Amino acid sequence: MTVGLFIPCYVNQFYPNAAIATLQLLQKVGVKVVYPPRQTCCGQPMANSGFEHLTQECNNLFLENFAEFDYIVAPSASCVLHVKDHLHSDEEPAKAERVRAKTYELVEFLTDVLKIDKLAARFPHKVGIHQSCHGLRGLHLAQMSELNAAPFSKPVRLLNMVDGLELVTLERPDECCGFGGTFCVAEEAVSVKMGKDRVSDHVRHGAEYITSVDLSCLMHMEGILQRSKSAVKAVHIAEILNATR
Amino acid sequence: MEKAEKDHAALAEEFIKDEERVDWHDGALWWIRQKRDMAAKNIPEWEALREAASQIKNNVLSNLHDYLLEFEANVTKNGIKVHWAADAEEHNAIVYSILKEKGIEQMVKSKSMLTEECHLNEYLIERGIDVINSDLGEYIQQLDNEPPSHIVLPCIHKRKEEIGEIFHEHLGTEKGVSDPTTLTRFARRHLRNVFVTRRAALTGVNFAVAETGEYVVCTNEGNADMGAHLSEVQISSMGIEKIIPQKKHLGIFLRLLARSATGQPITIYSSHFKKPRKGQEMHLILVDMGRSRQLGRPDFRDSLKCIRCGSCMNTCPVYRKSGGLSYHNTVAGPIGAILAPNLDMRKHADLPFASTLCGSCSNVCPVKINIHEQLYKWRQVIVQEGYAANTKVLGIKAMAWTLSSPTSYSTIGKAGRWVLNNIPFAVNNKFNPWYKQRDMPDSPKESFGEWYAKHGKDEVK
Ligand code: SF4
Repeated sequence: MTVGLFIPCYVNQFYPNAAIATLQLLQKVGVKVVYPPRQTCCGQPMANSGFEHLTQECNNLFLENFAEFDYIVAPSASCVLHVKDHLHSDEEPAKAERVRAKTYELVEFLTDVLKIDKLAARFPHKVGIHQSCHGLRGLHLAQMSELNAAPFSKPVRLLNMVDGLELVTLERPDECCGFGGTFCVAEEAVSVKMGKDRVSDHVRHGAEYITSVDLSCLMHMEGILQRSKSAVKAVHIAEILNATR
Repeated sequence: MEKAEKDHAALAEEFIKDEERVDWHDGALWWIRQKRDMAAKNIPEWEALREAASQIKNNVLSNLHDYLLEFEANVTKNGIKVHWAADAEEHNAIVYSILKEKGIEQMVKSKSMLTEECHLNEYLIERGIDVINSDLGEYIQQLDNEPPSHIVLPCIHKRKEEIGEIFHEHLGTEKGVSDPTTLTRFARRHLRNVFVTRRAALTGVNFAVAETGEYVVCTNEGNADMGAHLSEVQISSMGIEKIIPQKKHLGIFLRLLARSATGQPITIYSSHFKKPRKGQEMHLILVDMGRSRQLGRPDFRDSLKCIRCGSCMNTCPVYRKSGGLSYHNTVAGPIGAILAPNLDMRKHADLPFASTLCGSCSNVCPVKINIHEQLYKWRQVIVQEGYAANTKVLGIKAMAWTLSSPTSYSTIGKAGRWVLNNIPFAVNNKFNPWYKQRDMPDSPKESFGEWYAKHGKDEVK
């Protein structure tokens, strides 16, 4: 099995460690991983701002980079959801459909495809999970608090395999952090207020780290944590699952 | 509506300046969301009920023409006069002509968002007719000369002290009194007097049963009933989408409505109106006001399933932090943001962008409207129709980011700096809205692409 590693544009530039952790984690569990260097952006920032009609170039490039792999895996629920929902091609619709179906977010891939049931990871800290909305309500990585349905959580299941890690309970387990793509600047006041309130829920409940399947949410909350000189850190779930300290 | 030139982002920013108010507004609505969750989780068939309601409304929307004619025939047979109004102007003129014919100069009104949409109060007041909103929250908003900020809880954005102040100013209660029970008692005494002296009462409609020609009004205060029962002329205004086919379907909707709205098993009053009392006259006005246009938009048609429970507002973090008035539309929140562009795309171009697309709204909606997907689709329509440029909503930085072609950059080498130059959270200066209240991420020594070019071959075992 060969996996094409999809690293979203901003992760590549700002969070190389999360990308490295994703790569190493997949290699540790025995997967052959290739990173196609010519990848750019999935097109989500444009599409969510109403410019989906300008994203065909992104789509074509994505297909060109990733069509050959058995699976495509990314450490970003939000970008994966965009690919799954919106990747299309008028010339090669069948190819686009195949690529959509084999694109996975990391946690989903470890859980549903590799069916991982143990990990050699250690992270002796108190951790709060931030449910990315696209991971939760889009990819259904965990049960949504609004529904009358049986609870489950793929990220929790994996984090429970990590030695020394203690999960904190939040008051609002799946409230949005307010990042929202261009929303973060277009609606700056609301975005920041939402972020401050999310962060405070984690801090009040004793989290040392906030983790998530989405770096965009984490980047937003990290920006708020750092501005308030908080000691609490944001860390991508791949870095925890790959940690051995 | 004088605030309409400011967009949602600007109005929200004003609301957020009073952070203590935001926290309390957010907490009050979250508490209602939690009550809703408990009520929904108490009945095992909850998700099945939502699905059934959604499908019944599907059937209604697909056969609306026939159901409306069936309803009209039955209502008429029951002795109620039916009127049809294409828009607000026609609706208001009909109400006015009914009152004028009877020589009525005072009317009591309850539970009608539709007449708020039509700006009926202003219209009648200009023509010398006095209107009093009898629903307590709506009454407070009317006294304060503000539109409702929430369709179920019209003055949820006001502190009890502010309400005490309004009562003091307009009704002469003692200054500084803000105890809700005292104020409610006072308002009740005042409104009782209104009820006995008004000859005409207008109410909204929650559900209109095509099969029987009856309609149901759901309230907790019973003011709608009191107005209607004491009136000589009763007028009811409803949007044409309020139809349900048969009486047996009511059970599904009544169970969903109250649980979704407030977490109650049922509203205190679910009043059925079917025929006039002896000596009473009843009028029913069926209003289109953009609904048939929305019905013709395949991507947005399902927004007409809405039963106005308000739960999408209570769950929406953007609504909770920004307050209903920041949506500058009668119906605020997620549902308002998908209904309003149909009424006036230019004026409401900002609303579909006032969301993070988190999707919580679609999950609580008792009729399963795909609200967040419609928000996404409205964004595409608004951009394509050229209205995005009319709003500051996207922000100049955000525009630059979205419009730059990402294919011009590669992840390795200097060109990779495209992100640094274009992505809004990367520019460290005070003109950048990201940086105002948030730090930018640290710039690492090398990008992942650069790292991979050097180390990609070393396998970790
Ligand atoms: S859209 Fe759904 S949740 Fe929102 S008010 Fe209407 S019925 Fe309620």
